[in-house]
Amino acid sequence: MSLLEIEDLSVTFTTADGDVNAVNGVTFNIDKGETLAIVGESGSGKSQTAFAAMGLLAKNGRASGIARFDGKDLLSMSQREFNKIRSKDMAMIFQDPMTSLNPYLRVSEQMAEVLMLHQGISKSKAVKEAVRLLDAVRIPDAATRVTMYPHEFSGGMRQRIMIAMSLLCQPRLLIADEPTTALDVTVQAQIMQVLADVRQDFGTAVILITHDLGIVAGFCDRTLVMYGGQIMEEGPTDNIFADPAHPYTSGLLKAVPRLDKDEATLATIAGEPPDMSHLPPGCPFSPRCAQILDNCRAQRPALETTGQRRRACHLPVKEVA
Amino acid sequence: MTPLLSVRNLSVTFDVRRPGSWPWTPSLKLHAVSEVSFDIQPGECLGIVGESGSGKSTIARAVVGTIPSSGGNIFFEDHDLANMDTRQRRVHRRDVQMIFQDPLAALNPRMTVGEIIAEPLITHEPNTPRKEVKARVGELMERVGLLPNLINRYPHEFSGGQCQRIGIARALILRPKLIICDEPVSALDVSVQAQVINLLMELRRDMGLSMIFIAHDLSVVKHISDRVLVLYLGRVMETAESHKLTTAPEHPYSQALISSVPIPDPVLERARPRPILEGELPSPLRPPSGCVFRTRCSKVQPDCAQARPALENVSDRHFVACPYHEAQQVLAVSG
Repeated sequence: MSLLEIEDLSVTFTTADGDVNAVNGVTFNIDKGETLAIVGESGSGKSQTAFAAMGLLAKNGRASGIARFDGKDLLSMSQREFNKIRSKDMAMIFQDPMTSLNPYLRVSEQMAEVLMLHQGISKSKAVKEAVRLLDAVRIPDAATRVTMYPHEFSGGMRQRIMIAMSLLCQPRLLIADEPTTALDVTVQAQIMQVLADVRQDFGTAVILITHDLGIVAGFCDRTLVMYGGQIMEEGPTDNIFADPAHPYTSGLLKAVPRLDKDEATLATIAGEPPDMSHLPPGCPFSPRCAQILDNCRAQRPALETTGQRRRACHLPVKEVA
Repeated sequence: MTPLLSVRNLSVTFDVRRPGSWPWTPSLKLHAVSEVSFDIQPGECLGIVGESGSGKSTIARAVVGTIPSSGGNIFFEDHDLANMDTRQRRVHRRDVQMIFQDPLAALNPRMTVGEIIAEPLITHEPNTPRKEVKARVGELMERVGLLPNLINRYPHEFSGGQCQRIGIARALILRPKLIICDEPVSALDVSVQAQVINLLMELRRDMGLSMIFIAHDLSVVKHISDRVLVLYLGRVMETAESHKLTTAPEHPYSQALISSVPIPDPVLERARPRPILEGELPSPLRPPSGCVFRTRCSKVQPDCAQARPALENVSDRHFVACPYHEAQQVLAVSG
């Protein structure tokens, strides 16, 4: 049994301008100790998929379909039940560590709170454990700095605190939503190293949500590419990068300037990301696809499995440029 | 050839009050930029990279003239920016234009696209007939890839990529000589980013523009620029032709920076040696003595704390501020 199973998950937001389908029928799973990347641009539904699984959707959002963690149904859970499994079984870290930490509480307070609530241990013991984890994410001089407030730390240090906090109860699944987007490259390299160590030392499964193909390449076993709230393709990271089976993935890979390549011009994907409240009836990528076929606009391609890979595209695999 | 822009020993400091200090206690000096020198030839594109807080945007603002320098000189076409009279300054403002990071925030939400793009023209050439203004706006909109019939729409009706195109059109309407792009693509989605990069490169080629391209993403900077300037804590660490910088960086900081940039290729990425730069940027209020990078440098020597290393000319237009510099290939680059 997989650790997290998502089946035909859809997320809809009710807004004044009508319903917005942020996620449309997404299916995937992640096993123990595995790393999965969910790649997509803004509005692709990558974060909302994770929010739905964590019970963190905004009030006007509804999730339908199936989401199971270790066999337990997540979508029917009350907030009370969610509070029991969040942090203990699955934890999440966010893009902006400053807005996710409580600015009024010392780091020791907010970290100890988690352990006192979930494990019922004393505060002094909880703080000791917090220091041990801050050490593990390589915060220098953790024992004294644990009593400082979040604003006294730099962005990279705050993200380390977030990671340490998410690991307090040794969750089996860690969801990292754009964990390095707000950070400089050298700090990004440090944080990705911390995440890699965490994965090795604690055996935590990690879902990395990002738009940065570079960090996916160095970190994840499997990659799932999303566009317009749907899965475009999925498979082992090496295969996806070496020979993408979807025009969107292939276009995305060609559109990023690479430090190790001298290219005269970049290949581009024409057009703009889709308006989620007015998605085309067929493939969401069809208005921008350079290899569009007759039925792409009208008929949504099904997600088909071949070996370890899945893809949703009418175009035969061999013809993807 | 006389350079279009010549910056000599530019320093910019800001006065910072310690929180809770008395009004009469002297304020601290924050050294945002220290002794930075560079030239830009006509038609050249200079990339500036560095981490946040390295002084990239401060240089841009000093060159535009929106913040005063506290030392050094900026010469634009041989005129010193500090000694310009009102008329020269007005000409300078036309000749140097800027493109900003957050495309929506840089546009007035209560003006139509046409008004936004026309505003610099109406300000600097108030006698231009309305018909001509409209024609030039329409022509430019087409040039940057916007449909001219969108001229009466407001910024909120456009996507991020389109807003950036509006910002580019506004910067180009006065036919400037130098464009300063401050993180122009970092707020855009990957697929849109490539469109804007290609547009900027095309415009530069077709209009013979000179450009300063500021970004934290070295891959983007290297792609678009002829030469790259690497900044660390307000100081130049290395400047080199961009291919040279990526293939044979000399300064330990440039080497560390290049090896932290992730490459979207799993096989290559796993095989790469990853000497991770430890620690974080020191406070610009109390920069380290001697070489500012020494606190994080892997090749640090005892005398690095003594004197500030001068920029040394290692080969043609390649300068390094490190006495222990050594060319090292940290990344294999293919054509």
